Amino acid sequence: MAEARDIEFKDPAARIADSALAPGGLPPGQEPGELQGEKMVLNVGPSHPATHGVLRIVLELDGEIITGARPEVGYLHRGDEKIAENFTYTQFIPYTDRLDYLAPLANNVAYALAVEKLLGIDRQLPPRCQFIRVICCELARISSHLLGVGCYAMDCGAMTVFLHTFTEREKIHNLCESLTGARFTTAYTRIGGLSRDMPPGWAEQCRKFLNEVVVNIDETETFLTRNRIFVDRTQGVGVIPRDVAIDYGMSGPNLRGSGVEHDLRKAHPYLVYDQLKFDVPVGTTGDCYDRYLVRMEEMRQSVRIVHQCLDQLPNGPVNVPDGKIVLPPKDRVLTRMEELIHHFINVTQGINAPPGEIYFGHENPKGELGFYINSKGGGTPHRLKIRSPSFVNLSILSWLLPRHMLSDVVAILGSFDFVMGECDR
Amino acid sequence: MTALELAQQLKAKFAGLISEPVEFRGETTLKVSDAERMPEICALAKQKLGFDYLVDITSVDNYGDDPRFMLAYHLYGYGHLCALRLKIDVSEEKGEAPTVTGVWRTADWHEREIYDMMGIRFRGHPDLRRILMWEGYPYFPLRKDFPLAGKPTDVPEVAFTDTAPLAGGPFVTIAGGKDTIAREPRVRIPNTDALETNARLERRQDIKEAHGHSHGPGPIEPKH
Repeated sequence: MAEARDIEFKDPAARIADSALAPGGLPPGQEPGELQGEKMVLNVGPSHPATHGVLRIVLELDGEIITGARPEVGYLHRGDEKIAENFTYTQFIPYTDRLDYLAPLANNVAYALAVEKLLGIDRQLPPRCQFIRVICCELARISSHLLGVGCYAMDCGAMTVFLHTFTEREKIHNLCESLTGARFTTAYTRIGGLSRDMPPGWAEQCRKFLNEVVVNIDETETFLTRNRIFVDRTQGVGVIPRDVAIDYGMSGPNLRGSGVEHDLRKAHPYLVYDQLKFDVPVGTTGDCYDRYLVRMEEMRQSVRIVHQCLDQLPNGPVNVPDGKIVLPPKDRVLTRMEELIHHFINVTQGINAPPGEIYFGHENPKGELGFYINSKGGGTPHRLKIRSPSFVNLSILSWLLPRHMLSDVVAILGSFDFVMGECDR
Repeated sequence: MTALELAQQLKAKFAGLISEPVEFRGETTLKVSDAERMPEICALAKQKLGFDYLVDITSVDNYGDDPRFMLAYHLYGYGHLCALRLKIDVSEEKGEAPTVTGVWRTADWHEREIYDMMGIRFRGHPDLRRILMWEGYPYFPLRKDFPLAGKPTDVPEVAFTDTAPLAGGPFVTIAGGKDTIAREPRVRIPNTDALETNARLERRQDIKEAHGHSHGPGPIEPKH
């Protein structure tokens, strides 16, 4: 009978030291000298199961050690920013679903808040709208992290976890369906509110899901957190020190994994995040294992937030009472002059935004999703820039991948949890 | 410490180069008059004022204005949690700005994207290649004179050698246009000349209105 053995967990300092003398055994920047063989160029992607989309990486290899990496992005470029310049603010909402298509609700909220900041109404949203938006963001976070962790485990050779987390994710899609009418392409927010209120009984369904998902998260932890294979493949691999993470503009769980305690929900609370209690988990070493742990804990914190929101959910309207921003109710449009005019203007010309420029950063599951809007007045933006977290997070690869083994590429990519729809826009 | 105080400190260090801070929706913006000094200003903002995180670099095409392009740098400090926006102008003739990759390494991909989409080159950039479009693509798609539907190319065996199905519409707008007809999304003439002509004529109209003359042709109405 096999002897039971406890897993050796290395302390953080040892894990950082390991990475400095990375798998190649060479300190960063030092050439291998006479031991160097002929280098091989290996193309990974653009359509490789571990690249989670269409990312291509051109690797330069010396044996199994990576000596150079050149990420190539843009295979999913659809010109969203150009499209935004030609659409009214409301018309662009469905396009935000397609940015980070694993968390469309969070993108909807981020975009709506950015436009509302330009209009100056981001602090005047009705309380019910704000609470529902927070619930949306956190459900999106749970959904995105469930998939991120599941896929990551599959990349590292554990098939079961993926199926396990996907079961819970399915329940979130069912909730989305009854809330928004669509499972993926939600387009739920409107400028100044939401497309519809919560259906009756939705809160109870949501609570039921929350009670189930915490069990699932705990089970997922038992699969992975002390799994010898998983730990060996992730600890001390892909270490990003704190200063490098900041220098490369990392954000979200990838930044917090490196020990930077920064969360836009805490640092610059929007919606009702300042009224909610939650903790921001941070890692100590910045390796793949820490990034995984941060995601696991963030899911638990999200569950905590949604519970609080459901407890405190106030009654009342979900849209700002301004006909120049939100479409008036249909029965009034058909019976009253002023509402008819507002409806007509809103649909044909869009919301009349003031001239000016704003940047709004939103804590998305993948990191800081920012919208920069440059307005010259009128219903369309003069320029809309999407600062996508995946794009910025991936730029570190050419620094991070060299000195690692080829097999570590899959572990590192998975730990980044990126989405190419958002990266390429 | 507030963003405004930090902005004043930065302004004091580079007297004459930096404009008065502008506040809009709680954000502080500084305009830098000499783009060539940008790396120096950014390095000081990072080292002395704690702006260790470059959130984003954005380019804006103010087509019809001179200078034509504007670059906006979004700075953030993890120490003081303040954000600051620095803006520089880049003229169409020059089309070049110095790189800040030496200050923040994250600027690398942002600058590549601006080069790719807007055609502004960054002097001193270590690897200025296209990033979203493919190598050899001849246009800069985010410029205002580039039509929404794309342009046919002469390059054989490359996508978009034919006119795109939605060329000219149905949702083309002129942002900040003179009237609702220009602003609302509708079908436009499927070549760029109409957009150019409209922008030029609108500018001429502005000048004439300012001087009290109103004769001469107005903006061309888009044909359906």
